[in-house]
Amino acid sequence: MERTTLDLWVGAFVVAGIAALVVLALKVGNLSTYNVSDTYQLQAHFTNVGGLKPTASIRSAGVLVGRVTSIVLDTDRYEAKVTMSIDKRYQFPKDTFANILTSGLLGEQYIGLIPGGDDKMLQNGDEFKKTQSAVVLEDLIGKFLYNSADSKK
Amino acid sequence: MAIVRSLRGIGNRVVNAVWRTGYGARFFLMTLFYSGMSFRRFRLTVREMFFSGVMSLIIILVAGMFVGMVLGLQGYETLKRYGSESALGSLVALSLVRELGPVLAALLFASRAGSAMTAEIGLMKATEQIDAMELMAVNPIARVVAPRFWAGVISMPLLAALFSAMGVFGGYVVGVVLIGVDEGSFWSQMQSAVDFQHDVLNGVIKSFVFGVAVTVIALFEGYDAPPTAEGVSGATTRTVVQSSLVILMLDFILTAFMFRGD
Repeated sequence: MERTTLDLWVGAFVVAGIAALVVLALKVGNLSTYNVSDTYQLQAHFTNVGGLKPTASIRSAGVLVGRVTSIVLDTDRYEAKVTMSIDKRYQFPKDTFANILTSGLLGEQYIGLIPGGDDKMLQNGDEFKKTQSAVVLEDLIGKFLYNSADSKK
Repeated sequence: MAIVRSLRGIGNRVVNAVWRTGYGARFFLMTLFYSGMSFRRFRLTVREMFFSGVMSLIIILVAGMFVGMVLGLQGYETLKRYGSESALGSLVALSLVRELGPVLAALLFASRAGSAMTAEIGLMKATEQIDAMELMAVNPIARVVAPRFWAGVISMPLLAALFSAMGVFGGYVVGVVLIGVDEGSFWSQMQSAVDFQHDVLNGVIKSFVFGVAVTVIALFEGYDAPPTAEGVSGATTRTVVQSSLVILMLDFILTAFMFRGD
């Protein structure tokens, strides 16, 4: 067995192909934003999650702190139960607000956390007590029409 | 009598097609069964990777670049109407990674490398090299067919990834450098839209499946070609036509399974 220039070309081709895959994964895809660091689980109940999906981001003050892991219907309360994994580096007070927000006018939905002033922090498995559901455009328009009809009288 | 003759003709064609399908399936299984030598003597496979993979690099890179640039230009024109030019990155990347990368790379691979494989094997058969190997107790499927098969199967996902990466770069050149879309939103919208598992990995799986389909068709057509000049040229044409159709049909089926319901 001896090395030939052919091997060099094929090697360069394979390296370039794998490099392209890595670029697709890190630069084009979202692999670099997946948190591999330790996380803890928190839950929240929403009356309506709107278009929220698993892997949606969780932000506090605009900073990514975690991701939604699952959304199921809780048949005890007939509300959506959202489980999220939060980066261990970030701790939130017990009275933190969890709101479903939209990035931009028609963008993706995410969960925004607005910390309260409690001394005690949320632990693994705890639940956000104060939540605000997604804004549904139809409800908003309905309210607007109802109000404008009222004010004309 | 004309009706009987045409009916007989149709029946003959159908029986022939089924016959060839069965023979092709057996050929595919034989190729897999005798693959041992392609890995034990990996140099054989490396040699074929040079001819089918490395030699296709130029066409793949240039085509990918231009497809990305066209996507950037057309996408910009449409998105501008809705004031969402910043979504250009996700448009370019999603269409490349999910569809255009695997499909166009496979189509180019079929016409660039697949046709060459068919012609080569067809000519080897016409000049009785295949028969000579059998006489020397060398299994032609293990020695000639299987290394080409594995070379194509390994090369195809790499070529598709290069095509997509090059296309994203082309879209970046047109969108950000030439037109002036904001660079930050170009990349960040792209990253939030493209999921590694759902989009990138599914694209790789697609190109792998296309690689298997294209090389099997090319090798089988070459192996089954009538050993004449006409036969080889007909087989080469059939390789390009059939593998293009099979790629597009498989793409529909795979897309229906992968991206359904969201």
